[in-house]
Amino acid sequence: MTEPDIGTEPNAVVAAFERAKAGSRALLIGYWPAGFPDEQSSIEMVETMLANGVDAVEIGLPYTDPVMDGPVIAEAAEVALANGATHQTAFDVVAAVSGTDAPILAMTYWNLIEQFGPGAFAAELARAGGAGVITPDLPAEEAEAWVAASNTADVARVFLAAPSSTQQRLDVVADASSGFVYAASLMGVTGTRDSVSGDARELVARLRAVTDLPIAVGLGVSTREQAAQVAAYADGVIVGSAFVRQVLDHPDLQSARRAVADLAADLARGVAEGYPA
Amino acid sequence: MTDPFTHFGQFGGRFVPEALMEALDELDAEFKAAKTDTAFLAEVERLAHDYVGRPSPLTSVPKFAERCGGATVLLKREDLNHTGSHKINNVLGQALLAVRMGKTRLIAETGAGQHGVATATAAALFGLECVVYMGEVDTERQALNVARMELLGAKVVPVSVGARTLKDAINEALRDWVANVEHTHYLLGTVTGPAPFPEIVRYFQSIIGTETRAQVLNRVGRLPDAVAACVGGGSNAMGIFSGFMDDPHVALWGFEAGGLGVETGQHSARFSVGRPGVLHGARTYLMQDQAGQTLPSYSISAGMDYPGVGPEHAFLFESGRAHYEPVTDAEAMTAFAALARSEGILPALETAHGLAGAMRLGERLGPDSVIVVNLSGRGDKDVDTAARYFDLL
Repeated sequence: MTEPDIGTEPNAVVAAFERAKAGSRALLIGYWPAGFPDEQSSIEMVETMLANGVDAVEIGLPYTDPVMDGPVIAEAAEVALANGATHQTAFDVVAAVSGTDAPILAMTYWNLIEQFGPGAFAAELARAGGAGVITPDLPAEEAEAWVAASNTADVARVFLAAPSSTQQRLDVVADASSGFVYAASLMGVTGTRDSVSGDARELVARLRAVTDLPIAVGLGVSTREQAAQVAAYADGVIVGSAFVRQVLDHPDLQSARRAVADLAADLARGVAEGYPA
Repeated sequence: MTDPFTHFGQFGGRFVPEALMEALDELDAEFKAAKTDTAFLAEVERLAHDYVGRPSPLTSVPKFAERCGGATVLLKREDLNHTGSHKINNVLGQALLAVRMGKTRLIAETGAGQHGVATATAAALFGLECVVYMGEVDTERQALNVARMELLGAKVVPVSVGARTLKDAINEALRDWVANVEHTHYLLGTVTGPAPFPEIVRYFQSIIGTETRAQVLNRVGRLPDAVAACVGGGSNAMGIFSGFMDDPHVALWGFEAGGLGVETGQHSARFSVGRPGVLHGARTYLMQDQAGQTLPSYSISAGMDYPGVGPEHAFLFESGRAHYEPVTDAEAMTAFAALARSEGILPALETAHGLAGAMRLGERLGPDSVIVVNLSGRGDKDVDTAARYFDLL
């Protein structure tokens, strides 16, 4: 593996964390699967999130075998694939919602990058205005091709850390990452939880010891109170399933969209309220 | 930087969520320590002998051999193992590792149910909790094996997402493992998955190849011309191949599911139509579309119905050391009936693919050749499917 080159610090992602910090809040990061339930609706949902206080968005690439995802996002992926979602759908959604200060990232299982070609994927994403990629099933040790491709295209490269990660592995994860480090709050898959795991705070503290990169916490965050709790110690708060489930829980897209707007606004209050004074 | 995970050429590796990295490192370390621990090895051997019934015999089948171009055909009788297939070899080894690591719960995926039954058996033997994930399609076509697992005290969870077969059972087992890794061992049943699973499973299955090589030499005074096995995930094949890897004149043949015919798209012929990609933690040959989405696989046999294959098989395929060909449902069923009628042995439908392959090889190699087939499992579980296929029900 070549030494990860963080070099010219990417880009819109870092700037967004700096803006949030200057505004005394944690960065609120939303997640939406491209093409769920269809391309146009996914664009509208992301626009709704951004218009109501979400600072950055991860666009998920639907995949047939999403082992890191719980039932909500897994079902959304199935629906999106059934409705024809492809890599191009994701690039189109990114292109439609990027262009503002809000960084747009892709989140994808590795095989979808490998088959597209790492260089081509990074280049296409950058062309669409994407600022980074989160790769939940790619360990840094397997990432040689991706490090090169993401450096060339200047897209941030976000790896995950977990409560079970040893300090040695946190070093590896942080070294390989750029933009920010994604701290998984708990041992488990995506999905809303009644409370945020206490492991998250400790994991963030352990990451701080090895990196100056911003740290965002995801998995299981769904409410204003939980967002406030996490904002007290992390630089970013990631919310996925709580948004996505609105489409599954509401009878029509219009009411789902209103619920997404309300949730975004609520979470945005949370990430400011919880920020350490 | 040295390669931190086991790769087989470009294949294998470890593509998993970070949450599993520590558990895989722990497993790797425990496995390496156990391999050099004489007490552990003695316990593996004791169980193999006293509990499984090893060594399994090598059976000469002259009447079946008439259907194989008159070649000498020898069957390695893994069907006679306790629980009815080769799966138990790996399961007991890994269950001992789990106990060494202090894990109290086993989870497993199963297709045909053989691996689930073996895991439920080991869990009962070692007093561990056991949950088996099985695609809903497979719980229906293998209802008897579901009952067997439940009788052994395991909980069987039908998986109703995705294609509802083995692939989705593995997804569900991985999700369970991520959440419960502290006290749970994922007892993966075949030579797939993230490192170190392919290496561990091959290690515990290599007893098949070691025994077979000695038995063949003893029986016919020479090495075989060909060794044949069915390849779903590929653990029985890897087990028997491993005994002959360093014998360059022994041809290694894997037979994968051609289903309704490779041209129909209804099959699991990864080496015929697949290309390298990443699934379930490893880079290997996969049935996938242009984008990298996994394609649905098909086989009459649940244990062959998987869109990926063990990464070491992908390596052996590309290096040319082993050869792989598809066998259709119809060819497998012909071989199934032929062995039953001619020799009084009902093979598993998975195994029948290897037998059909031997019929093909025998025609090519002729009457002077010696062919060994890994008879990986017995067909009791498949009586319902076979009876329907032959219009007996």
